[in-house]
Amino acid sequence: MDLPMRRALFTGLLGGLAGVHVGLVGMIDSFQGRDTIADLITLGSMLPLLILLLVGWRAASPVKSAQLIPTGARTFILGAAAGATAGLILAALAALITAVNLRWILVNATPGLAEILQFGQGLVVGSLILIVGGALLGLAGASLHVVPPAIARSLAIAFVVSLAVALLEPFLGAVLRNLGLDAVEEVFFAGGGLTLVGAIVVFGLTAAGIYAWTTRGEGARERVAAMPADRRRNAKLIWYGVLFLLLLALPQLVGQRLSEVVGTVGLYVLLGLGLNIVVGFAGLLDLGYVAFYAVGAYTTAVLTSPSSPVFAPELPFWGALPFVIIAAALIGLMVGTPVLRLRGDYLAIVTLGFGEIARTIFLSAWAQPAVGGAQGILSIPPPLPFERDPQAIYYPILLFCIIAAVAATSLASSRVGRAWNAMREDESVAEATGVNTTVYKLLAFMLGAAFGCLSGALFAAKIGVVFPQSFDILVSINALALIILGGMGNIAGVVVGAIVLVGLPELLREFAEYRLLIYGAVLVAMMLLRPEGLLPSRQRQAELHERESDEDQYAETSGEETGRPVVTI
Amino acid sequence: MPVDTTADSGPLLHAEKVTMRFGGLVANRDVDFTIPRGSIVSLIGPNGAGKTTFFNQLTGMLTPTSGDIVFDGASLVGRSPHEIVELGIGRTFQNIRLFGAMTVLANVMVGRHTRMKASWWASLLKLPSVRVEEEATRQRARELLQMVGLKRRYEEDWARNLPYGDQRRLELARALASDPKLLLLDEPTAGMNPGETQQMTGLIKRLRDELDLTVLLIEHDMKVVMGISERITVLDYGEKLAEGTPEEIRANPAVIEAYLGKQATSA
Repeated sequence: MDLPMRRALFTGLLGGLAGVHVGLVGMIDSFQGRDTIADLITLGSMLPLLILLLVGWRAASPVKSAQLIPTGARTFILGAAAGATAGLILAALAALITAVNLRWILVNATPGLAEILQFGQGLVVGSLILIVGGALLGLAGASLHVVPPAIARSLAIAFVVSLAVALLEPFLGAVLRNLGLDAVEEVFFAGGGLTLVGAIVVFGLTAAGIYAWTTRGEGARERVAAMPADRRRNAKLIWYGVLFLLLLALPQLVGQRLSEVVGTVGLYVLLGLGLNIVVGFAGLLDLGYVAFYAVGAYTTAVLTSPSSPVFAPELPFWGALPFVIIAAALIGLMVGTPVLRLRGDYLAIVTLGFGEIARTIFLSAWAQPAVGGAQGILSIPPPLPFERDPQAIYYPILLFCIIAAVAATSLASSRVGRAWNAMREDESVAEATGVNTTVYKLLAFMLGAAFGCLSGALFAAKIGVVFPQSFDILVSINALALIILGGMGNIAGVVVGAIVLVGLPELLREFAEYRLLIYGAVLVAMMLLRPEGLLPSRQRQAELHERESDEDQYAETSGEETGRPVVTI
Repeated sequence: MPVDTTADSGPLLHAEKVTMRFGGLVANRDVDFTIPRGSIVSLIGPNGAGKTTFFNQLTGMLTPTSGDIVFDGASLVGRSPHEIVELGIGRTFQNIRLFGAMTVLANVMVGRHTRMKASWWASLLKLPSVRVEEEATRQRARELLQMVGLKRRYEEDWARNLPYGDQRRLELARALASDPKLLLLDEPTAGMNPGETQQMTGLIKRLRDELDLTVLLIEHDMKVVMGISERITVLDYGEKLAEGTPEEIRANPAVIEAYLGKQATSA
């Protein structure tokens, strides 16, 4: 057996095991309740299907180490072999579950899981379907290598987009209904996913759109670039205007319940924008960002709530805001100063500690008189003089998100942003180029803290209560994961990241249970396939896909180190 | 006797009895060193002679254990690197150290950091004064890129994607962006072929004349050193071995011995 075939079988094995894992942790079973395409494929069956497609695609990709590129029929054979292997393993799992009761160790190894895997067709037919279907799906995955790249790209993106649209059904469906487009909603969505018609339309339109953009986009981009500056600015303004109006109307479009979710996404967008200044711009890996969030929330709570234990001036939300900013500056300095001399991993570990310290202090008996310990602080007034209404609280969140986005954009392309970037690239050279790295590090921490604290303040006002438990390390991880997913240094990326990592789990209860598992998988996949994030800033893209030929550019020569002969006197 | 480093005709930089110890190791011992205004001076010596250590004390990366360095009327001892850039010393690095994932233009604009005034809040609000300054900086950066001979079309490329020789030029432009009075070049022709080397030495001379610079370079390539320098200082084992014009250095037996060993002098 030659190398590509061995790799194909190995890929199939890995894919099969991934399928077994996903099945045994219960994801397939619990995703079963939601259709991806109504009456055709459930979200649960989507998981093995996706795995089989990916396995086929991977098995037929070029073997880099040996520089072998599978061609022609070979591509399909490899894909089918890998898919069949993975299918075989899944079939074996189903058979095993049916034959032996494993539920006393593996609670999710239920007959129900076997039935889903065998498509309810019993052992023999079901296994056959799995193996043959696996081969066919593997073949389909592999065929992406055969068709022209532009088409493969369009199909892959259209697939992901259709899946996203299906997953966003609760959200998109609500929007359509609130717009009075019930008829459209009924044609496109059903059973928590797309209808067959909807799936075909969404897939077809996206594929066609992406294809047109990839093949003819160059011309369009050139025309845009050739447009006179003022017209380009106008076009940009119109685009921003439309976007702004949409954002203004959003709570009305999605209704009361989903406004809650949108608000939470907004809080994380704000967190992400703030953390992006620290991590994305200045390159300071802060794993304790939750400390800022907590300080903002508690400052607001103490200053505004009538039930806060000792100190109760009972300011309105907006009256407390200046104090929140002052607190942010102070906490930014407090975190920033001790870590000035730390770099990279060390900085990450110390800031991780700061995050935990913040939570522990708010929980402690020592601070209890001021912040209420484990009981927290209750009845924090909302920012607007209405009753607590998720549709109303959305607007202050939107306001601060826009402020943060504008601030981040103007800083990014200024003297300050350049100094931060230089620091991120090479701290000692930045210093030797004239950047006062001490000042700029502290500035990054303070501005990052300001946005984090604002997000915390809005969080407190949004839910009306604060408890120490709300401020655990998961908040830091969420914020960091969303900027990594979305694309570091990019504002649209932060929004997309927040929607995927915060919005989706809120929309789909099934996801919530597997949140961390999905995080892990998504982050690993991102690091392997697209380390620059979904919507990267140009900068990150350059950084991570730099010419892979760095070695064959001149080696870093220097007489001092190589001891090259120097004598020509 | 204090040396006046502010006078128009006097030295620009004067180092007196500079000693740098790392624990028991003495990297520089009692080095006296003077750079006349407007000159091109080279610092040479065998590997490990303490050249880079000395360089790093001029740029504030290291603080001398004892001794004093006076530049343009101000002592450099105890100042941090960014303060020294502000005083008017620019440098390049032995192994090129650009901000790889920033554009060519942005690299030069960072170089101008100390000569810009925009504060963080003014930048955040994009005040008119900030826009004006930003535009002026961009213009200046473009001039400098042109001056060092980088093609206009590279402007928006990533610094790390430039060919090697152009990376050296870019580093030079970045150093020049801070309007230095003294330019420190750490092996500016390392890794270059003879043609590129010649272009680089020509460029250094031209820049010195056009921008009214004083230049100090560390260099291994004797052809370059002899061709470009007006004065040469030789370090060996951390101490100053000789100082003089290229001709004097070339004829100095101690220097030849340091470079070629004892046999060479007796042969």
